[in-house]
Amino acid sequence: MTKLDARMPEGPLQEKWGHRLEEMKLVAPNNKKKHNIIVVGTGLAGGSAAATLGELGYNVKAFCIQDSPRRAHSIAAQGGINAAKNYPNDGDSIWRLFYDTIKGGDFRSREGNVYRLAEVSNNIIDQAVAQGVPFAREYGGELANRSFGGAQVSRTFYARGQTGQQLLLGAYQALMRQVDRGKVKMYPRQEMLDLVKIDGVARGIITRNLITGQIERHSADAVVLCTGGYGRTYFLSTNAFNSNATAAWRCHKRGAYFANPCYVQIHPTCIPQSGDYQSKLTLMSESLRNDGRVWVPKNKEDIGKPPHQIPDADRDYYLERKYPAFGNLVPRDVASRNAKYVCDEGRGVGATGRAVYLDFRDAIKEQGRDAIEDKYGNLFHMYHKITDEDPYEVPMRIYPAVHYTMGGLWVDYELMSTIPGLFVAGEANFSDHGANRLGASALMQGLADGYFVVPFTVGNFIAEYDVKPVGTDHKAFDAAEKDVRDQIKKMLDVGKQGSRTVIDIYKDLGKIMYDEVGMSRTGDGLKRAQDVISGLREEFWKDVKIPGRADDYNKMLELAGRLADFLELAELMATDALEREESCGGHFREEYQTDEGEALRNDEEFCYVAAWEYSEDGKPTKHKEELEFENVELATRSYK
Amino acid sequence: MAQETMTVHLKVWRQAGPEESGSFQNYTAENVNPHMSFLEMLDVVNEDLIHKGEEPIEFDSDCREGICGTCGFVINGQAHGEERGTTVCQLHMRSFSDGDTIVIEPWRAKAFPVIKDLVVDRRAFDRIIAAGGYVSVGTGPKPDANSIKVGKDVSDQAFDSAACIGCGACVAACPNASASLFTGAKITQLAMLPQGHPERTRRVREMVHQMQEEGFGNCSNIGECEAVCPKEISLSNIAKMKREYLRAMFSDS
Ligand SMILES: Cc1cc2nc3c(=O)[nH]c(=O)nc-3n(C[C@H](O)[C@H](O)[C@H](O)COP(=O)(O)OP(=O)(O)OC[C@H]3O[C@@H](n4cnc5c(N)ncnc54)[C@H](O)[C@@H]3O)c2cc1C
Ligand code: FES
Repeated sequence: MTKLDARMPEGPLQEKWGHRLEEMKLVAPNNKKKHNIIVVGTGLAGGSAAATLGELGYNVKAFCIQDSPRRAHSIAAQGGINAAKNYPNDGDSIWRLFYDTIKGGDFRSREGNVYRLAEVSNNIIDQAVAQGVPFAREYGGELANRSFGGAQVSRTFYARGQTGQQLLLGAYQALMRQVDRGKVKMYPRQEMLDLVKIDGVARGIITRNLITGQIERHSADAVVLCTGGYGRTYFLSTNAFNSNATAAWRCHKRGAYFANPCYVQIHPTCIPQSGDYQSKLTLMSESLRNDGRVWVPKNKEDIGKPPHQIPDADRDYYLERKYPAFGNLVPRDVASRNAKYVCDEGRGVGATGRAVYLDFRDAIKEQGRDAIEDKYGNLFHMYHKITDEDPYEVPMRIYPAVHYTMGGLWVDYELMSTIPGLFVAGEANFSDHGANRLGASALMQGLADGYFVVPFTVGNFIAEYDVKPVGTDHKAFDAAEKDVRDQIKKMLDVGKQGSRTVIDIYKDLGKIMYDEVGMSRTGDGLKRAQDVISGLREEFWKDVKIPGRADDYNKMLELAGRLADFLELAELMATDALEREESCGGHFREEYQTDEGEALRNDEEFCYVAAWEYSEDGKPTKHKEELEFENVELATRSYK
Repeated sequence: MAQETMTVHLKVWRQAGPEESGSFQNYTAENVNPHMSFLEMLDVVNEDLIHKGEEPIEFDSDCREGICGTCGFVINGQAHGEERGTTVCQLHMRSFSDGDTIVIEPWRAKAFPVIKDLVVDRRAFDRIIAAGGYVSVGTGPKPDANSIKVGKDVSDQAFDSAACIGCGACVAACPNASASLFTGAKITQLAMLPQGHPERTRRVREMVHQMQEEGFGNCSNIGECEAVCPKEISLSNIAKMKREYLRAMFSDS
């Protein structure tokens, strides 16, 4: 078994990143233009990385699936971005942000990485403001902050309910500036379908042009993967329709280890499902829990009553009752599980009985409707549109939905995967959030990786490895291209005869994942999931129905390719969840809980990152990176 | 809760590729749940078509919550449909009636060529932004964010302009196929903020120039763009752009 070396710098936490930056080898300014770098994905991580690498002087090729880099899934982030600025003077610091993130992640992340994240968080805000990102401000002209779950300070910066949009547009504009300068070439509507390795090092990618179906080869001296998370494995999630795991999964099949695939975040506040025609669920930002109070009726008999007819005495504000210290602002995993429990008890509301109330009555009474509208106007508007109910008048109904994936490709401190030359940033890597991510920390991580980490570590790699140019006529490109073409052909051959549509099979996958690899998991259930998933995979390759041609714009063909990968990844998620015989963060195994029903970690045996190596025979190998805590004490998370 | 379902008749523009000629085809969507979004209704129609061995109707979408700007087509002659302040992914079938006939066609503008069916090429928008829709700052140490003060009113107004999702409805609705609302919104956002001031002159010149290069028409103050904009971006952004342009014309070049 190879030992996973995180290449963590020596020395005290506070000095690690500074030292590493000082030690790094540099590429001379006039040599940078001789190096090509591929950035796959142009969300917050990829957009900021590509823009910065271009600025530094490298030749960058950036790829995305959407028709414009401005539309990456990051655009949908609503609530905000954390930073340790301590503007409200409420006692925040880099240390506190670091500690909250480690604790929120239930002590399953690397201290060094998380500390660096907290350290650069302040630079992100400075950077975004310099770009003209219109963050919310106070009357005096300074930046405003709000609170998010898992923290007792106010450190979340926001731009109404559209923080992701405004941050992404900032990165996108920086990227387009480099496009204009000729330093970045943008390839929209191109999907990466394989990684090309030469002598064990990542040297290029194979893509499919989503308009013409043409297969293309691109070579480079380093590949930076910023392709987002794999929440869409569950079919229904808050992720955008085209979010997928294909690029990451195909790198995994080429040798990149996949870390902690079972760590999935199920967000407590989403609009409940209304019918089986749905293909995605809508998030209602966590920021709403600042002012909204979560409750269900105390008595089952009341679930059908209009909420305003249920007096306070008959309402169970269960989060406030069980967790008085954090109340409605407990971390997401805790809030989600508790919503499930009250619904399992039969106290859920709404047509399906799978919803709880998020009520703004008291906030409106205290602060006035205008204040609430100013903070959440667009969210209320969105809710009203989707449900046809006015949340100023009746409480919102919410239910948890898959939202974010903490697992991802394994990376070292420099964000390099187990394939030299393949870097992974943003949600696509596993690095900073342990077993649970705190709200407003994904935007922070994506931009930290993209603006402030990857541009330097990629340079260090190029200088250290003395990477020489390579052409796309190398036989490794022939082989990878052939694999891609073969897979597309095979899918379409089956697709002509098959009887079940891509969506049909995909929905079945989503159902088993929600049922058995969701908020609450058991050994037996996970074994059942493994069987069902492998059956669905077989069914896919025997009986899927796919319309159209390979050399055309063909959405269903795209989706089929992504589903094929989800069907493999899903099984690894179940396996990882099965082998992690403890509960931590978003991974809750019913067998491992305290008497009070809280997650019960097993630090003796499971204080490690599980990094999986792909194997053709379907039996992946697990490598362990032991987590060492030198600066914080492993504690039981308590939000009571 | 008993669910009333409805039937709608669709006339959908089908076009196999950029060079092919297109035509309207008729489809019937049955058992439509009023809580479905418009795109979910099309998903169901497509599943049916695939089962029948026909090619599904191609359309673009991604976030399906009205923020990414990917979706968009013309419904009954209106970009994103009749409901104000709404993208097609946020439009719900409850705003239609049982038995309605609904005509669906792609954005039509010279600068937005059709790729297939309802999918169009909007890269011209990216090129307008690339021409100058940014503040030229590199990544690196910056002054503390609170050292730049921006009054809440100014910041709120800049936000209103920055809310544009770049969907292209403004162009599709404009009889001149002008991109003035899109371009004006970015110019206004950056002109309002102190961070955008140093490049004001160059920015408006370059962006307006690029807009013309792309084949978008001129603005003649008709106001259709504002009426269809899913983010309700105001026409005042165009007026501001025009003022900025005049100002740039009279400043040194
Ligand atoms: C509704 C919602 C609200 C959220 N709100 C918040 C919030 O308030 N605060 C917060 O911190 N986090 C929030 N998050 C999480 C956060 O938005 C994401 O984790 C983050 O934006 C991910 O950024 P990314 O750059 O890693 O990936 P993404 O933004 O997902 O970008 C992925 C990119 O990769 C490209 N891509 C993918 N596959 C391929 C391929 N095969 N070939 C080529 N290109 C490919 C895509 O085109 C895209 O450009 C929210 C998430 C959701 C779903
Ligand atoms: S799909 Fe994103 S705005 Fe409609």
